[in-house]
Amino acid sequence: MSCACEIDMSLAGGVLDSMEEKRRGEGRSVTTQDLIPLLQEVQAAYGYLPPPVLVWISEQTGIPTSRMYGVITFYSQFYLEPHGRHTIRCCQGTACHVKGSKRIGEAIKQELDIEEGGTTDDMRYTFEAVACLGTCFLAPVIMIDNDYYGQLTSNKIPAILASYD
Amino acid sequence: MIPANEVRRGKNVDTITLTIDGSELNAEPGQTIIQVAEANGIEIPRLCHDPRLTPTGACRLCLVEIEGQRGLHTACTRVAEPGMDVRTSTNEIRETRKTIIELLLSEHDPRCTTCDKDGDCLLQDYAYEYQIDETRFPSIPTHAGANYTAGNSAMRYDAAKCVRCMRCVKICAEVQGVEALTLRDRAGSVAVTTGFDTPLYDSPCEVCGQCVSACPTAALYETAAAGQGKAKDLVKTRTTCPYCGVGCQLDLNVNVATGRIVRVTSSPGVVPNDGNACVKGRFGMDFVGKEDRLTQPLIKEDGAFRTATWDEALDLVATRFTEMKKQHGPDALAGLSSAKTTNEDNYVMQKLVRAVFGTNNVDHCARLCHASTVAGLARAFGSGAMTNSIEELRRTPLVFVIGSNTTECHPVIGILIRQAVAAGDTTLVVADPRKISLTDIACCHLRHRPGTDVTLINAMIHAIIEEGLEDKAFIEERTEDFEAVREAVAECSPEEAAKITGVDADDIRRAACLYAQAPSASIVYSMGITQHSTGTDNVLSLANLAMVTGNVGKECAGVNPLRGQNNVQGACDLGALPNVYSGYQKVDDPDIHAKFEKAWNAKLDDKAGLTVVEIMNAAAQKQVRGLYIMGENPMISDPDINHVREALEALDFLVVQDIFLTETAELADVVLPARSFAEKDGTFTNTERRVQRVRQAVAPPGDARDDWSIVCDVATRMGYAMSYKDASAIQDEIAALTPIYGGITYDRIADVGLQWPCPDSGHPGTQFLHEGAFKRGKGKFHPVRFLPPKEMPDDEYPFVLTTGRLLQHWHTGTMTRRCEVLDDLVPHGTLELNPADAEKLDVAPGSTVSVRSRRGRITLPANVTERVGPGTVFLTFHFKEHPANALTIAALDPIAKIPEFKVCAVRIEKVG
Ligand code: SF4
Ligand code: SF4
Ligand code: SF4
Ligand code: FES
Ligand code: FES
Repeated sequence: MSCACEIDMSLAGGVLDSMEEKRRGEGRSVTTQDLIPLLQEVQAAYGYLPPPVLVWISEQTGIPTSRMYGVITFYSQFYLEPHGRHTIRCCQGTACHVKGSKRIGEAIKQELDIEEGGTTDDMRYTFEAVACLGTCFLAPVIMIDNDYYGQLTSNKIPAILASYD
Repeated sequence: MIPANEVRRGKNVDTITLTIDGSELNAEPGQTIIQVAEANGIEIPRLCHDPRLTPTGACRLCLVEIEGQRGLHTACTRVAEPGMDVRTSTNEIRETRKTIIELLLSEHDPRCTTCDKDGDCLLQDYAYEYQIDETRFPSIPTHAGANYTAGNSAMRYDAAKCVRCMRCVKICAEVQGVEALTLRDRAGSVAVTTGFDTPLYDSPCEVCGQCVSACPTAALYETAAAGQGKAKDLVKTRTTCPYCGVGCQLDLNVNVATGRIVRVTSSPGVVPNDGNACVKGRFGMDFVGKEDRLTQPLIKEDGAFRTATWDEALDLVATRFTEMKKQHGPDALAGLSSAKTTNEDNYVMQKLVRAVFGTNNVDHCARLCHASTVAGLARAFGSGAMTNSIEELRRTPLVFVIGSNTTECHPVIGILIRQAVAAGDTTLVVADPRKISLTDIACCHLRHRPGTDVTLINAMIHAIIEEGLEDKAFIEERTEDFEAVREAVAECSPEEAAKITGVDADDIRRAACLYAQAPSASIVYSMGITQHSTGTDNVLSLANLAMVTGNVGKECAGVNPLRGQNNVQGACDLGALPNVYSGYQKVDDPDIHAKFEKAWNAKLDDKAGLTVVEIMNAAAQKQVRGLYIMGENPMISDPDINHVREALEALDFLVVQDIFLTETAELADVVLPARSFAEKDGTFTNTERRVQRVRQAVAPPGDARDDWSIVCDVATRMGYAMSYKDASAIQDEIAALTPIYGGITYDRIADVGLQWPCPDSGHPGTQFLHEGAFKRGKGKFHPVRFLPPKEMPDDEYPFVLTTGRLLQHWHTGTMTRRCEVLDDLVPHGTLELNPADAEKLDVAPGSTVSVRSRRGRITLPANVTERVGPGTVFLTFHFKEHPANALTIAALDPIAKIPEFKVCAVRIEKVG
């Protein structure tokens, strides 16, 4: 958990204010029903979900931290640690494995100088190994954010990575 | 053994009929199949179902077939329909269940051989019943992950034994209203945890242990119970909790081999707690088996105690009391009875004082908590007890809580109110000088200055009359003297009241309208109302408020004092008061006097005796010379304890009968060891007037004896033969002499307690009082006007000190301070101080401060918090290291003689 003093709470304040205003328009306040959109916006503001920010939001809204944590750990879209602007998911499924996904992973690690699960120092990329992405006909496959790249060879990697900022 | 006092939920409406396993059954609309089956003794396997929770439908063990519908259906989620034909145990169902259990066990660590729950685990039971094949599926190791219970003294979580049934998560949210728990992750690595895996004690958890009690396996278990005996070797004894007035029915699980209470459980369906309990009930029983329990009588010689035989000690006590009575007259003797001991103990104690000592100098700590209730409500209604029942609070449209920190002081009633508010069944209005847990869910928090209750209530009545919201018919038919109150409140407009109370006039109006306009409304109050020099006035003003709006004498409407101690209601009922015999029969009423003289065959005094604080004063002045204290600790509990010490030291002879060598017992000439609640039979009467059984679960330590039997021996040795076969025989004498207890016998209350008045053996007990007519005939209005507290802040002592309690500790701490979990949770007291005041005084959170009043000084750490308003500080009185009552004032309410614990003036200084 990172220390609260390094975190800019005003971003969270902004997110909460605007959501509260919207809800006021509908004649209610921000409640547990709003948890998922709230988490999405906080993540958009910080790039991840800093726990001290969530604790603060819990105090403001009365949404229990237990609820938040349950939801956050259930959905893979939410991150509790700083996360790169872009997420690379490298498939380790059976089909991709057979077609040499291991080499692809190595190439990414080398190009970005990070480990599996890690984030680049410039916060550009987070690299994750995942199970079958469901597009085995394209094996080996990686996904960057919402884009698929299939039938890869390791020499294509530098160019693909260079195309995101 | 557990009596089968499981009550049916819900009320009777038109029933429907359906068939389950060939039997035609009646059901209430909305009941699920599993509920109907359960009510008719048909057992459907379940892991995630708990009658207290909304259906989860997670485990799928409760699958059943429904004729004409394809597939299998979960009986816990499926609502019963008219004409349904359900089968609960076909071959197909059994095969499916078997597979489910096998799958569950593949993710389970099935070491039943070393498991504490062996013998009381649903998973184990079903595995056996369905004769599962443990090797059918490969075992899947569970992810360890962070454990929120690591190092926790109350409970531990073992993911390898968790079946992810969600019962713990849901009971914490739905019943306890806390939502401390959640499930983390998905699929194979799911585990129970808190928000962000925060250690449990740092989370919002109240350590009620409900989650442990709901767990069908050993995944959640009490830390201290681990290794102390397997479930199958524990014997359960149902008894009544020895802490607060809720009177939860608890099952003490005792390992017969070691004679120890291993864990405390309860059962859904029991009255009044429905299987729930709080941290004290669940984790506060280890005091019973502590090594420093008193085991032998002690006699003080040359300033030091030596052990003595019972004969020696009893002879000494009887001889000294007899001598003093001869020399100085009966009124030189006095007895303090106890709200912690049983009804039978109290009855016998007051009988000793009256029939043998020959005086009415008998009282107990009710004087310190609800004497003003007894005095005030008796004047207004004719009966000084809670008018309604606990269960009604779950469905009362408006609850007005004033001067009661219900969540901490009556926790299981607190959760009931929380549930009612969460379900939208109740609107909650709270008046309290402090922010308390209930103010978070109240629709309106009136934060009045301590000691200004009368003004607040008068202004509410003013507003109600102004708006024309009074119940004219009720006032006309059921009450008298309304005009006097109308006049008294005329000058007290909300605007005027705002100046005195500090509460916004609009808020007063709003609260008044909410209260008056609700279909029915109940007032819940406690010591924030009573512990003032104007305590009786405060109570009278609440009675006025209820009568103006016709909110008394019917279901879900009344005036409900929450009584503090487990048996303070009973101690009052049984006559441990200086002016009444058992059942509030007045000592100065000639008929009553004659009746008791005849029944007891003794000459009795017909004038009222001294109250607690008066006894102390009389002792200091050598008017009272001999005092017999049973189970009370005035050296911590009474106001101005420096004065109490002087008084007790001035006595010629002091006898203290208790379970530990308390601060008071240390001053005694003779100390007599008593049995604790877990070692005796008897009854306690809870706050809703329900007389409930106390049952012996363990053997007493050493030579400790029943309180009543010790008292009987003292009486006998003083020349008045007193003896009873057992506690039940005392209850029979009580019933014969006490109309309100007339129909109460141990047989009748074996399963569910009875609520007095219960005049004869055919009477079902009384759920709510004053239906149709008040006990005294007409309800009497009493005009009351604001009087400021006796000691107000000034330049020298600029803060208002108010005192109270904590969830985790009890009264003088004699029991709870000896309980590992409770003392671990809160090892010392703190002074609550508003941040603005802390800044002015330059006090950092947690730093030591000195608190000084005109009577004493203590030092302790500061807790800087918004819970108290500026200018007010708050202390609990549980801690002998910094006793709040070194500071409090013994200013008394003129009628009830209750001391003003809630307001005195103090000075705060930074130390070091
Ligand atoms: S002990 Fe009570 S409050 Fe704490 S997690 Fe368990 S159910 Fe919730
Ligand atoms: S800890 Fe117990 S109650 Fe909670 S999910 Fe696991 S098995 Fe169910
Ligand atoms: S609420 Fe009161 S009676 Fe119930 S367990 Fe807690 S202390 Fe005991
Ligand atoms: S194995 Fe990689 S996409 Fe299916
Ligand atoms: S008991 Fe019905 S699904 Fe668990």
